[in-house]
Amino acid sequence: MTKIKTQYNRRSFLKVSAAAGGGMLIGFSWLTGCVTSNKKDDVIAIPNEWFEINGYIKIGDTGLVTIYSPNPEIGQNVKTSMPMIVAEELDVDWNHVIVEQGALNEDAFKNPQFAGGSLSIKRGWHPLRMAGATGRRMLMEAAAKEWNVDVEGLTVTKGIIKEIDGERSISYGEIASKAVGIEIPEEVELKDVKNFQLIGTSQKNVEGKNIVTGKPLFGIDFKREGMKLAMIEHPPAFGMKVKAFNEDEIKAMPGIYDAFIVDTAIPGPGWSDEKGFLQLVAIVGDSTWKLMKAKKALKTNWEVVGELENSEMHSKRMEEALASSELRESRKDGDPESAFKKASKVIERTYSSPFLPHNTMEPMNFFAHVTDTSAELVGPTQTPKALEDSVSKLLNLPIEAITVDMTRIGGGFGRRLYVHFGVEAAAISKKIGAPVKLIYTREDDMTQGTYRPAYLATYKAGLDENNSLIAFSIKGTGLPENPVFENRFPAGTVDNYLAEKISTKTNITTGAWRAPRSHFTAAAEQSFLDEVAELAGKDPIEFRLELFDKAENNPVGENNDYDPKRYAGVLKLVKEKCNWGVETPGIYRGVAAYYCHSSYVAEVIDIAMESNKPKVKKVWCAVDCGIVINRDAAKNMVEGGVVDGIGHAMYSQLTFNDGAPEQNNFNTYRLMRHSQAPEAIEVFFVENDIDPTGLGEPGLPPAIGALANALYKATGERLYHQPFVSYKSVIG
Amino acid sequence: MPEYKLKINGKSHTVNVDEDTPLLWVLRDELNLLGTKFGCGIGQCGACTVHFEGAAVRSCLLQVSTIKDSKITTIEGLSEDGDHPLQKAWLEHDVPQCGYCQSGQIMNAAALLKEKPKPTDADIDSAMNGNICRCGTYIRIKQAIKTASNQ
Repeated sequence: MTKIKTQYNRRSFLKVSAAAGGGMLIGFSWLTGCVTSNKKDDVIAIPNEWFEINGYIKIGDTGLVTIYSPNPEIGQNVKTSMPMIVAEELDVDWNHVIVEQGALNEDAFKNPQFAGGSLSIKRGWHPLRMAGATGRRMLMEAAAKEWNVDVEGLTVTKGIIKEIDGERSISYGEIASKAVGIEIPEEVELKDVKNFQLIGTSQKNVEGKNIVTGKPLFGIDFKREGMKLAMIEHPPAFGMKVKAFNEDEIKAMPGIYDAFIVDTAIPGPGWSDEKGFLQLVAIVGDSTWKLMKAKKALKTNWEVVGELENSEMHSKRMEEALASSELRESRKDGDPESAFKKASKVIERTYSSPFLPHNTMEPMNFFAHVTDTSAELVGPTQTPKALEDSVSKLLNLPIEAITVDMTRIGGGFGRRLYVHFGVEAAAISKKIGAPVKLIYTREDDMTQGTYRPAYLATYKAGLDENNSLIAFSIKGTGLPENPVFENRFPAGTVDNYLAEKISTKTNITTGAWRAPRSHFTAAAEQSFLDEVAELAGKDPIEFRLELFDKAENNPVGENNDYDPKRYAGVLKLVKEKCNWGVETPGIYRGVAAYYCHSSYVAEVIDIAMESNKPKVKKVWCAVDCGIVINRDAAKNMVEGGVVDGIGHAMYSQLTFNDGAPEQNNFNTYRLMRHSQAPEAIEVFFVENDIDPTGLGEPGLPPAIGALANALYKATGERLYHQPFVSYKSVIG
Repeated sequence: MPEYKLKINGKSHTVNVDEDTPLLWVLRDELNLLGTKFGCGIGQCGACTVHFEGAAVRSCLLQVSTIKDSKITTIEGLSEDGDHPLQKAWLEHDVPQCGYCQSGQIMNAAALLKEKPKPTDADIDSAMNGNICRCGTYIRIKQAIKTASNQ
């Protein structure tokens, strides 16, 4: 058993439950969880009294247990998997657990309450285990005190404490009131991974029943007595700013309460704050439809304050950047220049991907109630702490005067790491002196910015007469961030290696989009390696495995950001599972593997041509994310990543003219639909005891490379530029 | 504002709204039936799907004045206790990720099963193509529809 320091103090246990009372008409009041959605014959009574054991755990006198889930739920299913970790160490029957969303209180949770970078499970692993183990220990100590025996003489199974050498037993529900008074242990023992009973099983989404019956769980569903509704109009183009609008006309429209220009600029903005559209037209009313009509009636005077960019300009700028002498060398091993000269075969290819909006299905929205001395915010945010900080700066109120409650989130993908919509709601609430819910239309949402950056990169490889890879280079740029990870594979496997990068200027605002940069580099690098393997006359999996052998046994450089054994491990697993090498008539296969966000994923995609159109028949995934918490939900996450990767690489792009996005809704912007989805996806996990890492992102990047490689096999054409549907050989 | 009497989920409701108000906003703003979701407002994503006399329609495009006596069913009225075969199958396959589009998916699928109790894969693709799931749960949705169709 591992012993760990608990890091708790009594003060930190105060107040973690969401402020769900307080006049909320509808919201979080359903019994979320296992108790209602699982076996009905095993339901235990609703307790008369609850006892807070620690920040994560509340135990009722009937034995019902509430576990607070600390992090925002964006569909990655942490509201089920994080409490599972607590329940494992607490050692309770999962059927007796209710899950509630915790309020923002990082001190109490000892865990960053943040949904991004596939970090929730990775960062939460220790704090969550500690919370469960501390609770178990305190309950056991309470029983030991009650019976006047040594705690070491007791054991626990599923919420029942028993004497090892005696007859007595007591349930958590019966002893919970006494456990509250127990001193918090300085050190607790964690379970041995071998003894896990809950972790690694498949448990249903705790919100499943609420979702399929249409319960109002999301930010956009939030209502409060006396609440107004608001909509905004931001500039139609990057490089424009609002000057004036037909205020009197709009205010005179029926159902419109107020209309004004709101300034959301804050002092000392951080990475999650808005950089583009800081001044907005805001319209306030009582009905969404009337607000939409008022938006249509807006006559706004937009002032041009910057360059109005277009897509042609974007491509040209990135090409010029890659050709410029300003490229910054970020890693060099050996002597790439001479090696390329010596090489008997050299291949060079250039790849690109366009700007993309996130398009969460739930458009941006937030509730705010600002008074002279306080601000209450409720809504869908991946970064509640950052929102709290920004609202504090906007309103010049201390952090203690601000609360942020997290609703369920209708999709994140990185979009809701940025807090402007919460800040805008606060600014509008302050101006009108009333609680308000701000809602974006789809058009507002898709044209607001915060896009996935556009990228361009050139890869070059040199093979010697034995078809060994002796030189490799990558140079990359993006609008504005460059996509180069100089220490990732294949760095470390090639004696002569060069990575160079440069940023390209743009006034289009960008942000993190599911697997930032990795989605592009995985697509480009894994397509390129497929072509290099072909040039070398080698099987694409064997070619990669040779490189991982080299990285493991004779690595180049010291700073290689991956474990070649685990990388090779997923490739070997997918190879075995999909029967790689066995040809099936009419099926065209592509493979890719990628490591990002601390997890390793290899994927094989099988394509068939149906009526001259490529159809993804099956996707095989092998995943190494360490210990798997909730098995079927983890598979769901990987499946989603695969569909997301294939869908966007095939169909999606956002183009610009005169500074304005040319697509603003789903009639012109394409997302993957049912008929285009893979027919089947199989997910296999590498079984090991390594601390778990996240899955929100790692399933996505390799899908694009595997897709491009399978499409090449199916059509005979290599695809370098996304979206692939723009190639004549790929009619979609 | 004109008054409209609507039959929704077997109950009568009276609302005072502009005649061009889409049913979606009547449900969400006036009647607190919030299971029907706003996704695009132009009938392209399916998040707002409800039943109009049993057929799947996009409530963001259905003007309140055109409904008259027609029976409307929303996700809240699909079953008594969330026990429609599709709702049960959705849970069995643990379909949702974020969950936002799922009430629209279920309502669309329910109309499909009413019309074609044993749909083929092609039937499902064609009937469901107007419902976007941004999280990519399409495969599980199809499996759940098949499971429900076999009950």
